[in-house]
Amino acid sequence: MTSPIPKSVDETFELLLNGSYVADRSLATALYLSLSLSRPLFVEGEAGVGKTEIAKVLAQTLNRKLLRLQCYEGLDVSSAVYEWNYTRQMVEIRLSEAAGNRNLGDLEKDIFSEKFLIKRPLLQALEPSRDGPPVLLIDELDRTDEPFEAYLLEILSEFQITIPEVGTVSATEPPIVIITSNRTREIHDALKRRCYYHWIDYPNAARELEILSVKAPEVSSTLSRQVVGFVQSLRDTDLFKFPGIAETIDWAHALVQLNCLALDPEIINNTLGALLKYQDDITKIQGSEAGRILNEVKLELATHEA
Amino acid sequence: MQESTDSGELIVNIMYFVRTLRAAGLPIGPGRMLEALRAVTTVGLGSRADFYFALYAALVNRRDQHELFDQAFHIFWRNPKFLERMMSLNLPSFGADELQENPQELFRRIAETITAGIDSDENTNTNEDKIEYDATMTWSANEVLQKKDFESMSAYEISAARAAIQHMRIPINTVPTRRYRPRNVGTSVDMRTTLKASLRHGCDIIPLKRRVRGKRHPPIVVLCDISGSMDRYARMMLHFLHTMTNDRDRVHTFLFGTRLTNVTRYLRHKDIDVSLNKISDIVEDWAGGTRIGSCLHDFNQFWSRRVLGQGALVLLVTDGLDRDSGEGLEKEMDRLHRSSRRLIWLNPLLRYDLFEPKSRGIRAMMPYVDEFKPIHNLESLKELAKIVGGSKQHSKSSMANWQERAA
Repeated sequence: MTSPIPKSVDETFELLLNGSYVADRSLATALYLSLSLSRPLFVEGEAGVGKTEIAKVLAQTLNRKLLRLQCYEGLDVSSAVYEWNYTRQMVEIRLSEAAGNRNLGDLEKDIFSEKFLIKRPLLQALEPSRDGPPVLLIDELDRTDEPFEAYLLEILSEFQITIPEVGTVSATEPPIVIITSNRTREIHDALKRRCYYHWIDYPNAARELEILSVKAPEVSSTLSRQVVGFVQSLRDTDLFKFPGIAETIDWAHALVQLNCLALDPEIINNTLGALLKYQDDITKIQGSEAGRILNEVKLELATHEA
Repeated sequence: MQESTDSGELIVNIMYFVRTLRAAGLPIGPGRMLEALRAVTTVGLGSRADFYFALYAALVNRRDQHELFDQAFHIFWRNPKFLERMMSLNLPSFGADELQENPQELFRRIAETITAGIDSDENTNTNEDKIEYDATMTWSANEVLQKKDFESMSAYEISAARAAIQHMRIPINTVPTRRYRPRNVGTSVDMRTTLKASLRHGCDIIPLKRRVRGKRHPPIVVLCDISGSMDRYARMMLHFLHTMTNDRDRVHTFLFGTRLTNVTRYLRHKDIDVSLNKISDIVEDWAGGTRIGSCLHDFNQFWSRRVLGQGALVLLVTDGLDRDSGEGLEKEMDRLHRSSRRLIWLNPLLRYDLFEPKSRGIRAMMPYVDEFKPIHNLESLKELAKIVGGSKQHSKSSMANWQERAA
């Protein structure tokens, strides 16, 4: 059963929450606009702040098919859009030869027909579907090169693809498109112009606590408050890579796995690898610095409760 | 063309105007001048705006010529007396007071072409004497203002250096990508074109069409020191970078002194004067001190992930003389080196034969660079073009030698 798309920003917010995604107001607004006006949503942000998750949650809560195109360097039309099934085509040629069918025009028309077309995510996204238009996730667009970006322009603005041998395929209902980027290079303005842009930042303490309670309900409230406080203070220090929300959740899971009920300097030192992924950052925080931050966090939580 | 006395004078004026533009670097031949005359006679002299756009349509054919034309037009057609004096050609002192009325408005290039046109040949000769192709490069010495005015580069200095820089064709150094291009002699079979070709031949034979890995050049990231000690070289570098930015895509330029500024967008402007103007507006730490460590830290923290992602070639242009005497520099250099395809350090101090890498900043940086090259004259710029182009192999032994001396 397909669910209707939300009719207001509040409904969008609720929809995401149903899929256990705690959004903030600005994201819900951008997403609502993108859904109701059928324009792609372009999401940028640091690694681990929940960009890809948006598309997954949308597909799940709206009961749509999720088509995921993971971008990488060298991604080309044959792996992103369509490919001809060469083996079948060759078999077909031999068969027609054996049957003595020598009409080349017919043969050419036949072997470059839809029967021999292998559809990749972008083409699949334009197909009509029983459940309504699918969610198309174009993940980490910054990993591909500029020519592929240019190829996307037609798809994103007109929702159509031109296959030279077949003709133009256009979507009856435009898919829901979510594009994510880690900003390892700048995406061209021409592509951004066709989308709504949203920058996902690290959440504030209150929202991070909410996310943690939704994503890791087994963590005790004392521990999760300490964890969030610690991570939030880490983001104020001078690190090369700040821990994202994904790392916070990972760390909380790790601490539960180790039967830890409250943070102490030793357990922090032992599990820091779940939180920080650069050796420089780990050496900076490990030891006395971790203890200092933990004391501050504990002090703050105590004054907050009092 | 009408031959009445009025239009006769106009024709001469337009001719001088065209010659001014030509001297300022616009490629305008006699054919285009006739076009301009025809345009003006067709449009008529009803209003100044019409006259302007008639000439504009005939004489300008690229976006980057707009600024030059605009300024030349407004100076040249400012007042009738000016034109009279232009025509008489015998008043060598005319330019000075006219131009001093509003010196900021003029590009030095226009100003000099006009005065040079009026002045006799001797003047040109004295100017030419000032051009020196020596190690100190050719910048006038009276530029000590904190907020630098790029306009004070004279046309002769620019044109000499710029002509050389413009003629540096930077060969595109390439690295293999994961994309394929059709090629007769290739390593793998391109099934799609093979099948199409086979159909064309009636399916009796299947001619194998091949493909190879495509190639493209890696992005280039330039970090250029603009502190007091680097001033002259940084300026020359900017010209070089302007040529490079307009020649290929994926060139990112950062300037640093006490803080880091990204000037890539400004350098993309086709006209070098406009680029330099905008850069001088935006950069606040020109010819001040250097804090290499903290600037590199900013770069690593905020930009490296955005511009170094695709295996970039990094050019670091600095003399390594650091106000913070190398504090925190080693760590940041290490990080920069690890995030880039190749790190090339260009140091103008190498112009001294007896240069020894002994300052603390230099010693902190040396272990982390892949190449160490001079950048003090046109010749070394040419050398740089070769390195960027990949046609010049770097010698490991000379790098090892430098590192040993710095240790």
